[in-house]
Amino acid sequence: MDLSFSAEDIAFREEVRAYLAENLPTHISDAVRAGDELTKEVMEEWHAILNANGWLATTWPTEFGGPGWTPVQRHIFEEECCRAYAPRIVPFGLSMLGPVLQAFGSKEQQDHYLPRILDGTDWWCQGYSEPGAGSDLASLKTRAVREGDEWVINGQKTWTTLGQHADWIFCLCRTDPDAKQQSGISFILVDMQTPGIEVRPIKLIEGGHEVNEVFFTDVRVPYGNLVGEENKGWTIAKYLLTHERTGIAGVGFSMQSLEEVKALARKVQRGGRPLIEDPLFASRVAQAEIDLEAMKITNLRMLFKAQQQGAPGPETSILKIKGTVINQELKDLARRALGPAAAPFPGYVTDGNLMFGPADSANNAARYFNNRKTSIFGGSNEIQRNILTKTMLEL
Amino acid sequence: MDFNLTEDRQMLADTLNRFLAEQYAVEHRNKVAYDAPFYDPSKWDQLVELGVLFALAPEDAGGFGGTGFDISVVFEAMGRQLTPEPVLGALMASRLLVSAGEDQEALLAGATKYAVGFTEIDAPYELEYIACTASAKGEGYTLSGRKSTVYGGQIADTFLIAAKLDGKVALFEVQAADANVTGYAMMDGSGAAEVQLDDSPARLLMADAADAMEDAINAGIVALCAEAVGAMDVTHATTVDYLKQRKQFGIPIGKFQVLQHRAVDMLTEIEQARSITIKAAAELGGEDASRYASMAKNLIGRAARLIAEEAVQMHGGIAMTWEYPISHFAKRLVMLDAQLGDTDYHLGRIMAANRAA
Ligand SMILES: Cc1cc2nc3c(=O)[nH]c(=O)nc-3n(C[C@H](O)[C@H](O)[C@H](O)COP(=O)(O)OP(=O)(O)OC[C@H]3O[C@@H](n4cnc5c(N)ncnc54)[C@H](O)[C@@H]3O)c2cc1C
Repeated sequence: MDLSFSAEDIAFREEVRAYLAENLPTHISDAVRAGDELTKEVMEEWHAILNANGWLATTWPTEFGGPGWTPVQRHIFEEECCRAYAPRIVPFGLSMLGPVLQAFGSKEQQDHYLPRILDGTDWWCQGYSEPGAGSDLASLKTRAVREGDEWVINGQKTWTTLGQHADWIFCLCRTDPDAKQQSGISFILVDMQTPGIEVRPIKLIEGGHEVNEVFFTDVRVPYGNLVGEENKGWTIAKYLLTHERTGIAGVGFSMQSLEEVKALARKVQRGGRPLIEDPLFASRVAQAEIDLEAMKITNLRMLFKAQQQGAPGPETSILKIKGTVINQELKDLARRALGPAAAPFPGYVTDGNLMFGPADSANNAARYFNNRKTSIFGGSNEIQRNILTKTMLEL
Repeated sequence: MDFNLTEDRQMLADTLNRFLAEQYAVEHRNKVAYDAPFYDPSKWDQLVELGVLFALAPEDAGGFGGTGFDISVVFEAMGRQLTPEPVLGALMASRLLVSAGEDQEALLAGATKYAVGFTEIDAPYELEYIACTASAKGEGYTLSGRKSTVYGGQIADTFLIAAKLDGKVALFEVQAADANVTGYAMMDGSGAAEVQLDDSPARLLMADAADAMEDAINAGIVALCAEAVGAMDVTHATTVDYLKQRKQFGIPIGKFQVLQHRAVDMLTEIEQARSITIKAAAELGGEDASRYASMAKNLIGRAARLIAEEAVQMHGGIAMTWEYPISHFAKRLVMLDAQLGDTDYHLGRIMAANRAA
């Protein structure tokens, strides 16, 4: 057993760190640090910067333009990006559709869509969930009917993250209503400009706009937009689920949150001394730190295993459950540290007009509430437990 | 022993619940709670007519209530509807005016709106550490300093301000016109203000106000705890309803035992929260009021977070939306921890008392 990173990995970390120091614009890292809702332009700017260096599609094989990193290198890269307050890369094209097309797409589809994901021509969103199909995704009802060389799509998707910016959406549609639930689903690519599509915003708990409803009324797309075989979409969906799992523990983000909480607790005064000297609050921080330290190793152990076996196993559900719980606790600590200073609605109180407490207070309550999503989406923590029950415990 | 409300209080509870249920549909509540002035002035007048403010003050001060149970009846009803009206400021001001032997006719009639400025950025919960100071000037005094997140401060006519005078915490009255007031909406709706005082003229009400302020805070804590109990009841009931209605995998999600047990755990915590709130209400005004207020605020802080987080989680995505009422209940339940001392602050007080004993 040896917990040290190899000399190559250490050199790689240095390289990434130097690159980020040089290339990550401060207006972007400042916005990330403040917890602002990022604009499309900012996300695209960072996407283009990474792409120019060949560091965008970190999970893609080199033949498609990936950097050819090991899982450990990817982990180091993610950690350093968090440390530097780089924006999270929008995952729908790069981490979801890309791997799907590489595994199931035709040569034509790969040649057409993959470069456009890289150069930012196409912004993708994920059309899986429906009002009636959340955890039970296979019960989805959005219908695609073949008419000649076209699909005609009717139905509704929901929770579509950043769909307001998207050029394309990849959808799971029911194509054989008579087959057993999982067997009658197909994976279809839809241009968001197609007539019959309507996108409506959903306002989230903290007031932000990041998800949408997408309605389909007689939407016609070419038959060739089908990925893989007709009625085999569920296989693709399951494949994608395993791909969503890299970085699922969010260790880098939690490390970022922990540093923020500590910094806040040094700045904020309670009982005539810095909050970090209050044993009750300090013990909360220390406990979260202990959990996170263990999570870093759990994450690395599972990465290591995935690297040896070639694919992540079902135990990665542990990363999702504990990783989100740790991060949610850290977000709670930031809110708690600020006390009443976290209470104003973001936007009302800014450094400029009021100098409200520690400069970075305004968005902390919003982040705490927004982050409750992480234990709900991508397979809720209850569903992760069901997976572990079946696969690991065989109960 | 009798855990029933008196007939009068039950009537007040029924009247208020009916009125608020009719007048404060959640869409309306959200509209007024997030748009200046962050409450509904016409509803405020109606609440005053229903006697809400009179219920908060004792008879010899011109009211008809003023006990812990009067307070909890009013605030539990408000919690059930997330009512954003600035009643907490009125309650705490009323307690302070009673202690100071000041007339409060204008307060009880709803004609003058009061807000209480104790909190500061570097002393959010503990009055000993406030920095706002008073100086004698001519016949009277002036105050300098800054009060933060003054609930209801955005529309207050009069502020009751805690400031240091000769090393003691004193209570002053400041007219809104003499202060620099910036109002805003809160994360959980309703309004507050930053109140900046710069040699602002002030009237001294009490030179040593520590006990009076403690009493006002204890009353405020009973109010917040009762509000939380009301909000938790609704949150829990809504969650259980949803578990019955929402189907996944062909059955109501309420059939999944893991969700059943968690709904029961929520219920258990709410019953505990209700009990400690009753205890704090019963002790209000007595010798041990602070001890039980601290116990209540600590337990409520823990319970309210649990109820809020579990309700959202067990709903799934729907409770993450602004449109679905539970998101607003969750915000209120979590954010009220930061009012009048959070979970850790009050735990520390119990620990200190145990050390001293
Ligand atoms: C902010 C946000 C962004 C999202 N982005 C996208 C996106 O871009 N694209 C997309 O397709 N989807 C997206 N989603 C949808 C997300 O994947 C779903 O919310 C998730 O699958 C849960 O479904 P649901 O919300 O319908 O909850 P439900 O499935 O109705 O679940 C409700 C509750 O029941 C529990 N439950 C359900 N089944 C079981 C069971 N068998 N055993 C025990 N408990 C169970 C759940 O864990 C949950 O607690 C997003 C969601 C959110 C909140």
